[in-house]
Amino acid sequence: MEAMSMIRPELVCPAGTPASLRTAVDAGADAVYCGFQNATNARNFSGLNFTTAEMRGGVDYAHDKGAKLLLAINTFPPGGKTDLWKSAIDDGVCFGVDALIVADIGVAEYVSQNHPDQRLHLSVQAGASSAEAIQYYCESFNIKRVVLPRILTVKEIKAIHDEIPCEIEAFIFGNIGMMAEGRCSLTNYITGVSTNMDGVCSPASHVKYEEDKARNLMTKLGDFTVDCFSCGENAGYPTVCKGRYLVDHREEPYYAFEEPVSLNLTSLLPDLMQAGVTALKIEGRQRSRAYVRSVVSAFRKAVDGYMAGENPELSGLLALTEGHRETAGAFGGKKWR
Amino acid sequence: MDPSHKSRLQNLPRILFAPLPLPLLEPILSKVVCTISRNRPELTNRLGVHKYKSFVIDPTNIPFALLLQPNPDEPSLRAYRRNQLPPHDARIAGTLLTLLDMVDGKLDGDALFFTRDLIVEGDTEAVVCLRNALDDIEGSIANDIADIFKTPGRAALAAVRRIKGEQHGSYEHDPA
Ligand code: SF4
Repeated sequence: MEAMSMIRPELVCPAGTPASLRTAVDAGADAVYCGFQNATNARNFSGLNFTTAEMRGGVDYAHDKGAKLLLAINTFPPGGKTDLWKSAIDDGVCFGVDALIVADIGVAEYVSQNHPDQRLHLSVQAGASSAEAIQYYCESFNIKRVVLPRILTVKEIKAIHDEIPCEIEAFIFGNIGMMAEGRCSLTNYITGVSTNMDGVCSPASHVKYEEDKARNLMTKLGDFTVDCFSCGENAGYPTVCKGRYLVDHREEPYYAFEEPVSLNLTSLLPDLMQAGVTALKIEGRQRSRAYVRSVVSAFRKAVDGYMAGENPELSGLLALTEGHRETAGAFGGKKWR
Repeated sequence: MDPSHKSRLQNLPRILFAPLPLPLLEPILSKVVCTISRNRPELTNRLGVHKYKSFVIDPTNIPFALLLQPNPDEPSLRAYRRNQLPPHDARIAGTLLTLLDMVDGKLDGDALFFTRDLIVEGDTEAVVCLRNALDDIEGSIANDIADIFKTPGRAALAAVRRIKGEQHGSYEHDPA
Protein backbone atom coordinates (compact mmCIF):
# COMPACT_ATOMS: atom_id res chain seq x y z
CA MET A 1 0.00 0.00 0.00
CA GLU A 2 1.21 3.47 -0.83
CA ALA A 3 2.21 5.52 2.21
CA MET A 4 0.18 8.65 3.02
CA SER A 5 -2.48 8.05 0.34
CA MET A 6 -5.05 8.47 3.14
CA ILE A 7 -5.84 11.11 5.74
CA ARG A 8 -4.58 10.00 9.14
CA PRO A 9 -7.73 8.97 11.04
CA GLU A 10 -8.37 9.83 14.67
CA LEU A 11 -8.47 6.79 16.98
CA VAL A 12 -11.44 7.28 19.32
CA CYS A 13 -11.30 5.08 22.39
CA PRO A 14 -13.64 4.19 25.26
CA ALA A 15 -13.16 5.07 28.92
CA GLY A 16 -15.57 3.93 31.64
CA THR A 17 -13.40 5.15 34.51
CA PRO A 18 -10.65 7.73 35.03
CA ALA A 19 -8.09 4.89 35.16
CA SER A 20 -9.32 3.64 31.77
CA LEU A 21 -9.08 7.15 30.37
CA ARG A 22 -5.45 7.40 31.40
CA THR A 23 -4.80 3.91 30.05
CA ALA A 24 -6.39 4.79 26.67
CA VAL A 25 -4.46 8.04 26.35
CA ASP A 26 -1.19 6.37 27.32
CA ALA A 27 -1.84 3.54 24.83
CA GLY A 28 -2.11 6.01 21.95
CA ALA A 29 -5.73 7.18 21.76
CA ASP A 30 -6.18 10.42 19.80
CA ALA A 31 -9.49 10.97 21.55
CA VAL A 32 -11.31 9.34 24.45
CA TYR A 33 -15.08 9.29 24.91
CA CYS A 34 -16.77 9.02 28.28
CA GLY A 35 -19.88 9.97 30.23
CA PHE A 36 -21.20 11.11 33.59
CA GLN A 37 -22.51 8.78 36.30
CA ASN A 38 -26.16 9.15 35.30
CA ALA A 39 -28.79 8.52 32.63
CA THR A 40 -27.36 11.11 30.24
CA ASN A 41 -25.19 8.52 28.53
CA ALA A 42 -25.85 5.11 27.01
CA ARG A 43 -23.49 3.19 29.29
CA ASN A 44 -25.14 4.05 32.59
CA PHE A 45 -23.82 0.98 34.40
CA SER A 46 -23.22 0.47 38.08
CA GLY A 47 -19.75 1.55 39.25
CA LEU A 48 -18.95 3.06 35.85
CA ASN A 49 -18.45 6.59 34.53
CA PHE A 50 -17.27 9.93 35.85
CA THR A 51 -18.22 12.33 38.61
CA THR A 52 -17.98 16.01 37.63
CA ALA A 53 -14.62 16.31 39.42
CA GLU A 54 -13.32 13.22 37.60
CA MET A 55 -14.52 14.62 34.25
CA ARG A 56 -12.66 17.87 34.85
CA GLY A 57 -9.51 15.88 35.76
CA GLY A 58 -10.01 13.67 32.68
CA VAL A 59 -10.11 16.69 30.37
CA ASP A 60 -6.89 18.01 31.91
CA TYR A 61 -5.14 14.64 31.62
CA ALA A 62 -6.16 14.17 27.99
CA HIS A 63 -5.20 17.72 26.99
CA ASP A 64 -1.85 17.54 28.78
CA LYS A 65 -1.01 14.52 26.62
CA GLY A 66 -2.33 16.01 23.38
CA ALA A 67 -5.52 13.90 23.28
CA LYS A 68 -9.15 15.02 23.05
CA LEU A 69 -12.03 14.23 25.38
CA LEU A 70 -15.44 13.67 23.80
CA LEU A 71 -18.36 13.71 26.23
CA ALA A 72 -21.23 11.33 25.47
CA ILE A 73 -24.62 12.86 26.30
CA ASN A 74 -26.31 10.48 23.95
CA THR A 75 -29.58 9.38 25.54
CA PHE A 76 -33.06 10.79 25.02
CA PRO A 77 -34.44 12.80 27.97
CA PRO A 78 -37.97 11.84 28.96
CA GLY A 79 -40.49 14.69 28.78
CA GLY A 80 -40.18 17.18 31.64
CA LYS A 81 -36.86 15.76 32.84
CA THR A 82 -34.38 17.65 30.72
CA ASP A 83 -32.56 19.39 33.59
CA LEU A 84 -30.10 16.53 34.08
CA TRP A 85 -29.13 16.67 30.38
CA LYS A 86 -28.81 20.46 30.43
CA SER A 87 -26.54 20.46 33.46
CA ALA A 88 -24.39 17.67 31.95
CA ILE A 89 -23.97 19.85 28.84
CA ASP A 90 -23.19 22.98 30.85
CA ASP A 91 -20.62 21.10 32.96
CA GLY A 92 -18.97 19.56 29.91
CA VAL A 93 -18.70 22.92 28.15
CA CYS A 94 -17.33 24.52 31.32
CA PHE A 95 -14.65 21.80 31.66
CA GLY A 96 -13.52 22.37 28.07
CA VAL A 97 -14.47 19.03 26.48
CA ASP A 98 -13.52 18.89 22.81
CA ALA A 99 -16.94 17.75 21.62
CA LEU A 100 -20.34 16.70 22.90
CA ILE A 101 -21.78 13.52 21.40
CA VAL A 102 -25.57 13.90 21.28
CA ALA A 103 -28.49 11.92 19.87
CA ASP A 104 -31.67 13.79 20.84
CA ILE A 105 -32.77 16.80 18.77
CA GLY A 106 -33.85 18.69 21.91
CA VAL A 107 -30.43 18.16 23.45
CA ALA A 108 -28.73 19.23 20.20
CA GLU A 109 -30.95 22.32 20.06
CA TYR A 110 -30.04 23.25 23.66
CA VAL A 111 -26.33 23.09 22.80
CA SER A 112 -26.62 25.06 19.59
CA GLN A 113 -28.71 27.76 21.29
CA ASN A 114 -26.76 28.06 24.54
CA HIS A 115 -23.24 27.06 23.55
CA PRO A 116 -23.02 27.86 19.83
CA ASP A 117 -19.22 27.50 19.75
CA GLN A 118 -19.24 24.03 21.28
CA ARG A 119 -18.31 21.33 18.77
CA LEU A 120 -21.12 18.77 18.34
CA HIS A 121 -20.96 15.16 17.18
CA LEU A 122 -24.04 13.14 16.30
CA SER A 123 -24.17 9.89 18.26
CA VAL A 124 -24.76 6.51 16.67
CA GLN A 125 -27.88 6.49 18.86
CA ALA A 126 -29.44 9.07 16.53
CA GLY A 127 -29.46 6.37 13.87
CA ALA A 128 -28.76 8.82 11.03
CA SER A 129 -27.90 6.51 8.16
CA SER A 130 -28.69 8.52 5.02
CA ALA A 131 -27.02 11.58 3.54
CA GLU A 132 -30.34 13.43 3.81
CA ALA A 133 -30.75 12.72 7.52
CA ILE A 134 -27.16 13.73 8.25
CA GLN A 135 -27.49 16.92 6.20
CA TYR A 136 -30.57 17.81 8.24
CA TYR A 137 -28.61 17.50 11.50
CA CYS A 138 -25.70 19.50 10.09
CA GLU A 139 -27.93 22.33 8.87
CA SER A 140 -30.12 22.41 11.99
CA PHE A 141 -27.53 22.00 14.75
CA ASN A 142 -24.16 22.60 13.11
CA ILE A 143 -23.11 18.98 13.65
CA LYS A 144 -19.42 18.56 12.79
CA ARG A 145 -19.19 14.77 12.84
CA VAL A 146 -21.60 11.86 12.52
CA VAL A 147 -21.04 8.49 14.14
CA LEU A 148 -22.54 6.13 11.58
CA PRO A 149 -24.87 3.29 12.55
CA ARG A 150 -23.36 -0.13 11.99
CA ILE A 151 -25.63 -0.99 9.06
CA LEU A 152 -23.62 0.37 6.13
CA THR A 153 -21.11 -1.22 3.79
CA VAL A 154 -17.81 0.56 3.14
CA LYS A 155 -19.11 1.45 -0.34
CA GLU A 156 -22.20 3.07 1.17
CA ILE A 157 -20.03 4.96 3.66
CA LYS A 158 -17.96 6.34 0.78
CA ALA A 159 -21.12 7.44 -1.05
CA ILE A 160 -22.43 9.19 2.09
CA HIS A 161 -19.04 10.80 2.65
CA ASP A 162 -19.22 12.40 -0.78
CA GLU A 163 -22.60 13.98 -0.05
CA ILE A 164 -22.37 15.32 3.50
CA PRO A 165 -20.69 18.44 4.88
CA CYS A 166 -19.37 16.80 8.08
CA GLU A 167 -16.80 14.24 9.20
CA ILE A 168 -17.57 10.54 9.58
CA GLU A 169 -16.74 8.37 12.59
CA ALA A 170 -17.12 4.60 12.14
CA PHE A 171 -16.99 1.76 14.64
CA ILE A 172 -14.13 -0.67 14.08
CA PHE A 173 -14.19 -2.97 17.12
CA GLY A 174 -16.40 -4.14 19.95
CA ASN A 175 -19.87 -5.17 20.93
CA ILE A 176 -22.62 -4.90 18.33
CA GLY A 177 -26.36 -5.14 18.82
CA MET A 178 -28.96 -5.94 16.24
CA MET A 179 -28.61 -2.74 14.27
CA ALA A 180 -31.50 -0.74 15.73
CA GLU A 181 -29.43 1.92 17.38
CA GLY A 182 -31.42 4.40 19.40
CA ARG A 183 -34.64 2.56 18.71
CA CYS A 184 -34.35 -0.77 20.51
CA SER A 185 -37.01 -1.40 23.15
CA LEU A 186 -36.25 -5.05 23.94
CA THR A 187 -34.72 -4.29 27.35
CA ASN A 188 -37.51 -1.90 28.19
CA TYR A 189 -40.03 -4.62 27.38
CA ILE A 190 -38.36 -7.10 29.75
CA THR A 191 -37.10 -4.92 32.59
CA GLY A 192 -38.96 -1.62 32.38
CA VAL A 193 -35.59 0.14 32.10
CA SER A 194 -34.92 1.88 28.79
CA THR A 195 -31.65 1.68 26.87
CA ASN A 196 -32.48 4.95 25.15
CA MET A 197 -33.73 6.99 28.11
CA ASP A 198 -32.09 5.37 31.16
CA GLY A 199 -28.91 4.58 29.28
CA VAL A 200 -28.70 0.92 30.18
CA CYS A 201 -29.39 -2.19 28.13
CA SER A 202 -30.01 -5.44 30.03
CA PRO A 203 -29.22 -3.89 33.43
CA ALA A 204 -27.12 -6.02 35.79
CA SER A 205 -29.76 -5.49 38.48
CA HIS A 206 -32.05 -7.76 36.43
CA VAL A 207 -29.41 -10.31 35.38
CA LYS A 208 -29.01 -13.69 37.07
CA TYR A 209 -26.41 -16.33 36.31
CA GLU A 210 -27.15 -19.88 37.39
CA GLU A 211 -24.47 -22.50 36.99
CA ASP A 212 -25.08 -26.12 37.95
CA LYS A 213 -22.54 -28.59 39.31
CA ALA A 214 -21.71 -29.80 35.80
CA ARG A 215 -20.88 -26.16 34.92
CA ASN A 216 -23.82 -25.66 32.57
CA LEU A 217 -24.61 -21.95 32.71
CA MET A 218 -28.04 -20.36 32.41
CA THR A 219 -28.25 -16.58 31.90
CA LYS A 220 -31.49 -14.82 32.77
CA LEU A 221 -32.80 -11.31 32.35
CA GLY A 222 -35.84 -10.62 34.49
CA ASP A 223 -38.22 -13.54 34.00
CA PHE A 224 -36.67 -14.56 30.67
CA THR A 225 -33.98 -17.16 30.11
CA VAL A 226 -31.65 -15.53 27.61
CA ASP A 227 -29.26 -18.43 26.97
CA CYS A 228 -27.91 -21.76 28.26
CA PHE A 229 -24.27 -22.63 27.74
CA SER A 230 -23.00 -26.15 28.24
CA CYS A 231 -19.83 -26.76 30.24
CA GLY A 232 -16.84 -25.33 28.37
CA GLU A 233 -18.99 -23.50 25.81
CA ASN A 234 -18.01 -19.85 25.39
CA ALA A 235 -20.61 -17.50 26.84
CA GLY A 236 -21.97 -14.15 25.65
CA TYR A 237 -23.48 -11.09 27.31
CA PRO A 238 -26.95 -11.52 28.83
CA THR A 239 -28.35 -9.00 26.33
CA VAL A 240 -31.82 -9.68 24.99
CA CYS A 241 -30.80 -9.43 21.35
CA LYS A 242 -28.04 -12.02 21.79
CA GLY A 243 -30.33 -14.62 23.36
CA ARG A 244 -30.95 -18.15 22.13
CA TYR A 245 -34.69 -18.73 22.04
CA LEU A 246 -37.17 -21.47 21.33
CA VAL A 247 -39.14 -20.41 18.28
CA ASP A 248 -41.98 -22.15 16.50
CA HIS A 249 -40.21 -23.00 13.27
CA ARG A 250 -37.09 -24.50 14.87
CA GLU A 251 -36.57 -27.57 16.99
CA GLU A 252 -33.46 -26.33 18.77
CA PRO A 253 -33.05 -23.01 20.63
CA TYR A 254 -31.94 -20.40 18.11
CA TYR A 255 -30.24 -16.99 18.05
CA ALA A 256 -33.41 -15.35 16.80
CA PHE A 257 -32.04 -11.80 16.59
CA GLU A 258 -28.23 -11.78 16.69
CA GLU A 259 -25.42 -14.11 17.71
CA PRO A 260 -22.94 -13.38 20.52
CA VAL A 261 -20.15 -12.00 18.41
CA SER A 262 -18.01 -8.83 18.34
CA LEU A 263 -17.27 -6.45 15.50
CA ASN A 264 -13.66 -6.50 14.29
CA LEU A 265 -12.83 -4.45 11.19
CA THR A 266 -9.10 -5.00 11.29
CA SER A 267 -9.04 -6.23 7.71
CA LEU A 268 -11.19 -3.35 6.43
CA LEU A 269 -9.21 -0.54 8.08
CA PRO A 270 -7.45 0.63 4.89
CA ASP A 271 -10.76 0.58 2.99
CA LEU A 272 -12.43 2.69 5.68
CA MET A 273 -9.52 5.10 5.72
CA GLN A 274 -9.69 5.42 1.93
CA ALA A 275 -13.47 5.91 2.06
CA GLY A 276 -12.82 9.17 3.90
CA VAL A 277 -13.62 8.10 7.44
CA THR A 278 -12.12 10.72 9.77
CA ALA A 279 -12.35 8.80 13.02
CA LEU A 280 -12.21 5.13 13.96
CA LYS A 281 -14.17 4.21 17.07
CA ILE A 282 -13.58 1.38 19.51
CA GLU A 283 -16.62 0.27 21.56
CA GLY A 284 -16.32 -0.78 25.19
CA ARG A 285 -16.78 1.77 27.97
CA GLN A 286 -18.04 -1.10 30.13
CA ARG A 287 -14.81 -3.04 29.63
CA SER A 288 -11.67 -3.08 31.78
CA ARG A 289 -8.34 -1.29 31.58
CA ALA A 290 -6.86 -4.57 30.28
CA TYR A 291 -9.24 -4.47 27.29
CA VAL A 292 -8.63 -0.77 26.66
CA ARG A 293 -4.84 -1.19 26.79
CA SER A 294 -4.81 -4.19 24.42
CA VAL A 295 -7.32 -2.95 21.86
CA VAL A 296 -6.10 0.65 21.74
CA SER A 297 -2.43 -0.28 21.38
CA ALA A 298 -3.25 -2.87 18.70
CA PHE A 299 -5.22 -0.38 16.60
CA ARG A 300 -2.66 2.39 17.21
CA LYS A 301 -0.03 0.11 15.72
CA ALA A 302 -2.31 -0.85 12.83
CA VAL A 303 -3.28 2.71 11.88
CA ASP A 304 0.32 3.93 12.10
CA GLY A 305 1.44 0.93 10.07
CA TYR A 306 -1.08 1.54 7.29
CA MET A 307 -0.18 5.23 7.22
CA ALA A 308 3.47 4.26 6.77
CA GLY A 309 2.55 2.04 3.82
CA GLU A 310 3.11 -1.19 5.75
CA ASN A 311 0.79 -4.15 6.11
CA PRO A 312 0.67 -4.48 9.88
CA GLU A 313 -0.07 -7.81 11.51
CA LEU A 314 -3.18 -7.42 13.67
CA SER A 315 -4.13 -10.60 15.39
CA GLY A 316 -4.68 -11.42 19.02
CA LEU A 317 -7.86 -9.48 19.74
CA LEU A 318 -10.05 -12.57 19.51
CA ALA A 319 -9.45 -13.25 23.22
CA LEU A 320 -11.42 -10.10 24.01
CA THR A 321 -14.40 -10.74 21.76
CA GLU A 322 -17.84 -11.85 22.89
CA GLY A 323 -18.27 -15.59 22.60
CA HIS A 324 -14.73 -15.61 21.17
CA ARG A 325 -16.17 -14.82 17.76
CA GLU A 326 -15.77 -11.82 15.49
CA THR A 327 -17.49 -10.43 12.41
CA ALA A 328 -17.15 -7.58 9.92
CA GLY A 329 -20.92 -7.13 10.24
CA ALA A 330 -22.58 -5.04 7.55
CA PHE A 331 -19.31 -3.26 6.73
CA GLY A 332 -18.02 -6.23 4.76
CA GLY A 333 -21.27 -6.70 2.81
CA LYS A 334 -24.85 -7.30 3.83
CA LYS A 335 -25.90 -10.82 4.53
CA TRP A 336 -29.13 -10.41 6.44
CA ARG A 337 -30.24 -13.46 8.28
CA MET B 1 2.43 -25.91 28.08
CA ASP B 2 1.99 -29.59 28.86
CA PRO B 3 -1.60 -29.81 30.29
CA SER B 4 -0.55 -32.03 33.19
CA HIS B 5 2.14 -29.48 34.17
CA LYS B 6 -0.45 -26.70 33.94
CA SER B 7 -2.88 -28.57 36.15
CA ARG B 8 -0.08 -29.30 38.69
CA LEU B 9 0.70 -25.57 38.80
CA GLN B 10 -2.98 -24.71 39.22
CA ASN B 11 -3.26 -27.11 42.12
CA LEU B 12 -0.10 -25.92 43.81
CA PRO B 13 -1.85 -23.22 45.91
CA ARG B 14 -4.37 -25.82 47.13
CA ILE B 15 -1.54 -28.02 48.38
CA LEU B 16 0.46 -25.12 49.85
CA PHE B 17 -2.50 -23.63 51.71
CA ALA B 18 -4.07 -26.91 52.83
CA PRO B 19 -2.41 -27.19 56.26
CA LEU B 20 -3.10 -23.55 57.13
CA PRO B 21 -5.38 -23.10 60.18
CA LEU B 22 -7.84 -20.36 59.15
CA PRO B 23 -7.84 -18.50 62.51
CA LEU B 24 -4.18 -17.72 61.82
CA LEU B 25 -5.26 -15.79 58.74
CA GLU B 26 -7.72 -13.53 60.59
CA PRO B 27 -5.30 -10.77 61.69
CA ILE B 28 -3.53 -10.83 58.32
CA LEU B 29 -6.74 -10.51 56.29
CA SER B 30 -8.03 -7.85 58.62
CA LYS B 31 -4.85 -5.83 58.13
CA VAL B 32 -5.12 -6.24 54.35
CA VAL B 33 -8.71 -5.01 54.09
CA CYS B 34 -8.22 -2.12 56.55
CA THR B 35 -5.11 -0.93 54.70
CA ILE B 36 -6.82 -1.06 51.29
CA SER B 37 -9.93 0.67 52.65
CA ARG B 38 -7.81 3.44 54.19
CA ASN B 39 -5.44 3.91 51.23
CA ARG B 40 -7.98 3.54 48.42
CA PRO B 41 -11.12 5.50 49.46
CA GLU B 42 -12.10 5.88 45.79
CA LEU B 43 -12.92 2.16 45.80
CA THR B 44 -15.75 2.50 48.31
CA ASN B 45 -16.94 5.77 46.74
CA ARG B 46 -17.41 4.00 43.42
CA LEU B 47 -19.18 1.08 45.11
CA GLY B 48 -22.03 3.36 46.20
CA VAL B 49 -24.80 1.36 47.93
CA HIS B 50 -23.00 -1.89 47.16
CA LYS B 51 -20.34 -1.10 49.78
CA TYR B 52 -22.78 -2.55 52.30
CA LYS B 53 -23.03 -5.88 50.46
CA SER B 54 -21.08 -9.05 51.26
CA PHE B 55 -19.03 -10.74 48.53
CA VAL B 56 -17.58 -14.23 48.54
CA ILE B 57 -14.26 -14.16 46.69
CA ASP B 58 -13.65 -17.78 45.86
CA PRO B 59 -10.22 -18.73 44.51
CA THR B 60 -11.19 -22.19 43.33
CA ASN B 61 -7.70 -23.67 43.65
CA ILE B 62 -7.14 -22.86 47.32
CA PRO B 63 -8.85 -24.74 50.15
CA PHE B 64 -10.89 -21.81 51.48
CA ALA B 65 -12.92 -18.82 50.28
CA LEU B 66 -12.93 -15.20 51.47
CA LEU B 67 -15.89 -13.15 52.61
CA LEU B 68 -15.42 -9.44 51.81
CA GLN B 69 -17.55 -6.71 53.38
CA PRO B 70 -16.23 -3.41 52.01
CA ASN B 71 -18.30 -1.12 54.27
CA PRO B 72 -15.67 1.57 55.02
CA ASP B 73 -16.94 2.00 58.62
CA GLU B 74 -16.22 -1.63 59.34
CA PRO B 75 -14.32 -3.28 56.50
CA SER B 76 -13.87 -6.99 56.89
CA LEU B 77 -12.22 -9.88 55.06
CA ARG B 78 -12.50 -13.36 56.55
CA ALA B 79 -11.53 -16.85 55.41
CA TYR B 80 -14.05 -19.71 55.56
CA ARG B 81 -14.11 -23.34 54.58
CA ARG B 82 -16.54 -23.53 51.67
CA ASN B 83 -19.10 -25.58 53.57
CA GLN B 84 -19.14 -23.04 56.41
CA LEU B 85 -19.71 -19.83 54.45
CA PRO B 86 -22.27 -17.47 56.03
CA PRO B 87 -25.10 -15.98 53.92
CA HIS B 88 -23.78 -13.51 51.35
CA ASP B 89 -25.01 -11.34 48.48
CA ALA B 90 -22.73 -12.49 45.68
CA ARG B 91 -19.95 -14.90 44.78
CA ILE B 92 -17.07 -14.41 42.35
CA ALA B 93 -14.99 -17.48 41.60
CA GLY B 94 -11.93 -18.28 39.50
CA THR B 95 -8.41 -19.54 40.07
CA LEU B 96 -6.27 -17.48 42.47
CA LEU B 97 -4.10 -16.15 39.68
CA THR B 98 -7.07 -15.27 37.48
CA LEU B 99 -8.62 -13.26 40.31
CA LEU B 100 -5.30 -11.56 41.16
CA ASP B 101 -4.68 -10.61 37.52
CA MET B 102 -8.19 -9.26 37.14
CA VAL B 103 -7.85 -7.14 40.28
CA ASP B 104 -4.53 -5.84 39.00
CA GLY B 105 -6.02 -4.77 35.64
CA LYS B 106 -4.11 -7.36 33.63
CA LEU B 107 -7.10 -9.48 32.58
CA ASP B 108 -10.52 -8.36 31.40
CA GLY B 109 -13.46 -9.57 33.51
CA ASP B 110 -15.86 -9.81 30.55
CA ALA B 111 -13.39 -11.85 28.51
CA LEU B 112 -12.89 -14.18 31.50
CA PHE B 113 -16.66 -14.54 31.75
CA PHE B 114 -16.93 -15.33 28.02
CA THR B 115 -14.33 -18.12 28.35
CA ARG B 116 -16.03 -19.38 31.54
CA ASP B 117 -12.89 -18.71 33.61
CA LEU B 118 -14.90 -16.47 35.91
CA ILE B 119 -18.05 -17.52 37.74
CA VAL B 120 -20.53 -14.94 39.02
CA GLU B 121 -23.46 -15.79 41.28
CA GLY B 122 -26.02 -13.85 43.30
CA ASP B 123 -26.34 -10.07 43.05
CA THR B 124 -24.93 -9.45 39.55
CA GLU B 125 -25.15 -5.68 39.86
CA ALA B 126 -23.06 -5.70 43.04
CA VAL B 127 -20.41 -7.84 41.33
CA VAL B 128 -20.31 -5.63 38.22
CA CYS B 129 -19.98 -2.59 40.47
CA LEU B 130 -17.15 -4.15 42.51
CA ARG B 131 -15.39 -5.16 39.30
CA ASN B 132 -15.67 -1.62 37.90
CA ALA B 133 -14.55 -0.06 41.18
CA LEU B 134 -11.51 -2.32 41.40
CA ASP B 135 -10.66 -1.61 37.78
CA ASP B 136 -10.43 2.10 38.54
CA ILE B 137 -7.65 1.45 41.04
CA GLU B 138 -4.32 2.02 39.36
CA GLY B 139 -1.17 0.40 40.61
CA SER B 140 -1.27 -3.10 41.96
CA ILE B 141 -3.47 -4.10 44.88
CA ALA B 142 -1.49 -7.35 44.98
CA ASN B 143 1.67 -5.26 45.47
CA ASP B 144 -0.07 -3.22 48.19
CA ILE B 145 -0.93 -6.43 50.01
CA ALA B 146 2.59 -7.80 49.63
CA ASP B 147 4.05 -4.53 50.93
CA ILE B 148 2.05 -4.90 54.15
CA PHE B 149 4.15 -7.99 54.91
CA LYS B 150 7.41 -6.44 53.78
CA THR B 151 10.14 -8.78 52.45
CA PRO B 152 8.33 -12.12 52.99
CA GLY B 153 5.17 -10.70 51.39
CA ARG B 154 7.04 -9.44 48.34
CA ALA B 155 8.88 -12.74 47.99
CA ALA B 156 5.61 -14.70 48.16
CA LEU B 157 4.02 -12.50 45.50
CA ALA B 158 7.07 -12.82 43.27
CA ALA B 159 6.76 -16.60 43.57
CA VAL B 160 3.06 -16.50 42.67
CA ARG B 161 3.85 -14.29 39.69
CA ARG B 162 6.55 -16.71 38.53
CA ILE B 163 3.93 -19.45 38.51
CA LYS B 164 1.57 -17.12 36.67
CA GLY B 165 4.27 -16.27 34.14
CA GLU B 166 4.57 -19.97 33.39
CA GLN B 167 0.82 -20.42 33.13
CA HIS B 168 -0.39 -17.44 31.14
CA GLY B 169 0.20 -13.75 30.66
CA SER B 170 -1.85 -10.69 29.92
CA TYR B 171 -3.46 -10.30 26.47
CA GLU B 172 -0.36 -8.65 25.06
CA HIS B 173 1.71 -11.72 25.77
CA ASP B 174 -0.74 -14.53 25.27
CA PRO B 175 -3.64 -13.53 23.12
CA ALA B 176 -4.80 -17.02 22.23
S1 SF4 C 1 -30.94 -5.47 23.26
FE1 SF4 C 1 -29.26 -5.47 21.76
S2 SF4 C 1 -29.88 -4.06 20.12
FE2 SF4 C 1 -31.18 -3.67 21.92
S3 SF4 C 1 -30.11 -2.00 23.00
FE3 SF4 C 1 -29.42 -3.93 23.90
S4 SF4 C 1 -27.53 -4.44 22.76
FE4 SF4 C 1 -28.65 -2.88 21.57
